[in-house]
Amino acid sequence: MAVDAKVREKYKSEVKPIWCPGCGDFGVLTATFMALGALNLPPEQVVIVSGIGCSGRFPGFTTCYGFHSLHGRTMPVALGVKAANPDLTVIAVGGDGDTLAIGGNHFMHACRRNINLTYLLLDNNLYALTKGQASPTSFPTQVTDSTPFGSYEADVEPCALAILFGATFVAREFSARAKKTAEIIVQAIEHPGFSLVHILSPCVTFFDTYDLYKQKIAELPEGYDPTDLYGAVRTATDPERKWVGVLYRGHRPTFEEMIPKIRQKAEEKLGPGDLQAMLDRRRV
Amino acid sequence: MPVNEFTIRVGGDTLEGGIIRTGEFLAHALARCGLEIFTFRTYPAEIKGGQAMIQVRTAEYPVYSHGDEADILICFDEESWEVHRDEFRYDGVLIHDSKFEPKGVPGTATVYGIPFSEIAKIRLRNPMAKNMTILGSFSALFGLPPSVFEGLIESYWAGRPHIVQSNLTALKAGYEEAKKLEKKDPFWVEPRPMRDRLILSGNEAICYGAVAAGCKVFAGYPITPSSDILEWMMTHLPRFGGTPLQVEDEISAIGAVLGASFAGAKAMTATSGPGFSLMTEFISHAAMAEIPCVILNNQRAGPSTGMPTKTEQSDLYQAVYGGHGDVPRIVLAPSTVQGCFYVTVHAFNLAERCQLPVIILGDQALAHRTETILPIDLNSLIIINRDVYRGDGAEDGYRRYRLTETGVSPMAIPGGPGAYSAEGLEHNEEGHPNWDQENHMTMTQKRFRKLELALRYEEDYPGFQGYRWYGPERADVGVIVWGSTAGAVREATYLAEKEGLSVAALHMSTLYPLHREVVRRFILSMGRVLLPELNYTGQFAHLVRGETGLDVVSYNRVTGVPFKVREILDAIRDLAREAVAAR
Repeated sequence: MAVDAKVREKYKSEVKPIWCPGCGDFGVLTATFMALGALNLPPEQVVIVSGIGCSGRFPGFTTCYGFHSLHGRTMPVALGVKAANPDLTVIAVGGDGDTLAIGGNHFMHACRRNINLTYLLLDNNLYALTKGQASPTSFPTQVTDSTPFGSYEADVEPCALAILFGATFVAREFSARAKKTAEIIVQAIEHPGFSLVHILSPCVTFFDTYDLYKQKIAELPEGYDPTDLYGAVRTATDPERKWVGVLYRGHRPTFEEMIPKIRQKAEEKLGPGDLQAMLDRRRV
Repeated sequence: MPVNEFTIRVGGDTLEGGIIRTGEFLAHALARCGLEIFTFRTYPAEIKGGQAMIQVRTAEYPVYSHGDEADILICFDEESWEVHRDEFRYDGVLIHDSKFEPKGVPGTATVYGIPFSEIAKIRLRNPMAKNMTILGSFSALFGLPPSVFEGLIESYWAGRPHIVQSNLTALKAGYEEAKKLEKKDPFWVEPRPMRDRLILSGNEAICYGAVAAGCKVFAGYPITPSSDILEWMMTHLPRFGGTPLQVEDEISAIGAVLGASFAGAKAMTATSGPGFSLMTEFISHAAMAEIPCVILNNQRAGPSTGMPTKTEQSDLYQAVYGGHGDVPRIVLAPSTVQGCFYVTVHAFNLAERCQLPVIILGDQALAHRTETILPIDLNSLIIINRDVYRGDGAEDGYRRYRLTETGVSPMAIPGGPGAYSAEGLEHNEEGHPNWDQENHMTMTQKRFRKLELALRYEEDYPGFQGYRWYGPERADVGVIVWGSTAGAVREATYLAEKEGLSVAALHMSTLYPLHREVVRRFILSMGRVLLPELNYTGQFAHLVRGETGLDVVSYNRVTGVPFKVREILDAIRDLAREAVAAR
């Protein structure tokens, strides 16, 4: 993937990121600039929707349109953007708490709607903006300020969930591999349908996982079949390794493809909308 | 006046079938006789079974309330007589299925027992047609020409000739059965020349209003009494090039509305109290990020799940005060079916003009009642669109939240020039997060300046009346009213005037921001001021007291049904006595 540094510059805003030096999110931001540059998307055609958390500030660091929404609510907002204008390129950015705790319900339904957008899940295994509490992807034995004796619950695996909820593109990467991440983001944007990119994005301040993930990640083997749904779920939940690459790829009509189909059906059955005629038919 | 002026109530268990349709057919038939109609319905919250009721009030003049008592009561079953006997006029007409014998009917009443069940089930072998036999009997007893019902049946079941035929047979059977009876009551229908009227429910009028205003995205989640708006939108909005969404919860509904509006589409959601509570976090966001949106809350009896099929006006606090932080918003309340249409159009206009969340406070009774209303001419409507930034006139760069005199800043739309980030964090003019002391003060003032613009809306668009002052400039008793209670107040003040009482009324359609000076002037011009509302805590009265520093007499009821005219008239009489004594 050829990326011209100058093209990349046009997506970078004058606002300096507030993330801690070394934060994994820098890698994702760089990867996103590289991906947008590679696709040569005009910034005004791109909408970046975020929730709340360290990742929530993402849109403001770009020259694209942005919507810094509420904690957990990226998907409702992104759905509305797409309903109003399906031609826009929408990238949603959410953290692990944002996506899987407070926004878990929306995440499930966004997957099954197969909205044509790219969801960047920036997973640092805890709540960092609120200074270090356990999240749904915290390890059960992980000690945080809110789980000083370990957690009551098991953790969740977002890629497996997304596949089973009906997402049609599910991939995983590591933010320290910015170029690889950019390549995956390009594929995700190009994929017609809901694309999840699960990005392991360590928090250097509260739970530094760089070394852990450097050891644990592994690229998917040659001949891996991303169309095998249950195989992909098994791969995503492998306890030994964090497999990176495109875990799953399926095909279903997208939300955007359904819009004109539903309109056509409504018009076939009931005719094109004529409000004055409808009102006049309600005459006594 | 027993000719062309009476109230009919139809009651029975929903398992009997066709209770509500009986009332709807009566209402349409009376309207086709050139009369005005106003209906009111209650139905059980149970999935199957339970007592349903529909009341139809008719007159030759416009009617504004559902009628205090039933002049003609039609009972499908014994329980319905027990349920409705307390609201049956002492010298009214009771029509009942002769499968039961009603107990305790006043001697002054006229009773017609007719074997509707037997006719439908045994003679016609069509138990579903019982309601049509009732309509046939009604026709025979009160002079409503059967041809009117025949026409309704033919158009309602157009294209299904065997259903038309069996219903016509049932209608005729009921007609002939009642013709055998001796007419003993004074009620009668005298057809008049047809008037040019529409029959709509409140919720239908809201749907039409939304489309007329240019709504392109609707998002909702099923909830009584707003589910029929979701269904209408899912069915019809695609025909107008729009995209309706049934989403996973009310949080998602308002989130999708904000996303759509941010992307340039006019968007709305419709819910009831519980769903509205879930939306308040996003309403606060809409105020901060300055995103136009319309939210309908059809109020029902609360708190919590409360009584989902019963009416109340108890969500005013959450509409006006709900949300975290200082949240500018506009709250409007329709009071009639016609008002539902126009208030919805104005809600979109205000949202677009002021880039604010606009909340419409309807209620269950208004949502589901039908009225005859004047025809609507779409060409006469004024539709306002937001001020969109198109890349011009900003030599010093585009700033989404530019400080302006009105508080409104041109809005850039994705796909076009002026890319910015819609911010829920406090931000500067560019939209960049900023928490300088002066900035928060300045931006809060900017957002609230838009409320002053909202109050000037009626000056620029005189078709909209944010308030209406009925009656004299000064009076012994003034009544301040909002929402669907206004109908009963309008009739009560008319009757009070006829009794020689000195009374005026102030009907508020814009609840927030409050037209403070108008309300102050009204209160200061009246001896005593009554404020009736269907809630326990006197919610609008609190708002009025807080905004004006003046007192009013709260009159609160929480029975799940609208005020009766008589209840308000009695309260006016009491206050008039006090006011005269204090003069």
